[in-house]
Amino acid sequence: MQHVDGNALAGPLAEFFSFDLTTAIARCSGCGAVGELARTMVYRSGAGTVVRCSECDQVLATLVETADRAWIGLSGISAIEVPRG
Amino acid sequence: MSDAATGTTAPAPAPSAALLAVPRSGWHVATVASTRRETPNASRIELEVDGWPGNAAGQHLDVRLTAPDGYTATRSYSIASSGAGTRVTIAVDKLPDGEVSPYLVDEVRAGDMLEVHGPLGAFFVWAPDAADAAAAGEARPVQLIAGGSGVVPLYAMAEAHGAAHDLTSFRLLYSVRSPDDVYFADELRRLAEASAALQLDLVYTRRSPAGWPTPPARITREVLEAAVIPAAERPRVFVCGSTGFVERVADWLVELGHDARSIRTERYGGT
Repeated sequence: MQHVDGNALAGPLAEFFSFDLTTAIARCSGCGAVGELARTMVYRSGAGTVVRCSECDQVLATLVETADRAWIGLSGISAIEVPRG
Repeated sequence: MSDAATGTTAPAPAPSAALLAVPRSGWHVATVASTRRETPNASRIELEVDGWPGNAAGQHLDVRLTAPDGYTATRSYSIASSGAGTRVTIAVDKLPDGEVSPYLVDEVRAGDMLEVHGPLGAFFVWAPDAADAAAAGEARPVQLIAGGSGVVPLYAMAEAHGAAHDLTSFRLLYSVRSPDDVYFADELRRLAEASAALQLDLVYTRRSPAGWPTPPARITREVLEAAVIPAAERPRVFVCGSTGFVERVADWLVELGHDARSIRTERYGGT
């Protein structure tokens, strides 16, 4: 299936965070690239969602949703910055 | 993370964009208020959404369908409307092997109820702010680039721009198969006629109207260069379409000298 991008994470991430995280700046722990989560590459399948760095393709995050649970792993993100105010 | 600058010293995006206030998202029950054919392959669906907090131009919502056995399918759709109020318009393209879009395009009727989650996304949005920006000497022109049904969030931006009588220079480049496939055709024509600040450029990829100056063809780098605001004017650029379209266009824009950080993209997948 053709990939999409991090804009599509806005809905799933709302299960975990109370504000829109797609404009947050994340740092890839693989190559050090920084950018909004909306700029990541997103691969979806029936098994779940894989978020990859658009620079080095490293897996940044994985999401799995079932009827009664939502799970997120953030194995490839070394820092997240959000605006205050 | 598609930024050209990969160093850790890359500057943060403009605060005005990052801090743009968007209403809090949540799950809502939507009642279909009306449906109509938008193109031979798409429908425009107007929803009355109980508790909807309004939305910014360019945001999307997720629609969740639940089968009698509990199976659910969720898909994202861009919102064609913006502003306060509980009326929300989406336009849905039917995917031949889709689980959700054939139902929305062919089956949904006024009075039907849908579960929707939104408004979603604060990245691919535009808000009228020209007065403040102009006063601060920061007004930058806006270039919108759409492929097919990717025009929906960009139409919302153009409509918000027109409704606000915003003086920011706007240009919409819209790549579409044929005249029959143009979304919001009448509305776009009216917006472009009503405002000198909006320029509409159409590129037909399969069939052109009679008398059109160029034969139908996909957008090339040369066409892009000729039809977008030059990089020297530092436009903010929004690109939405299929993943292949968006990535081709974004790469060309960078080659043409546009700052990767000024290009915001939204890919809907597809081919």
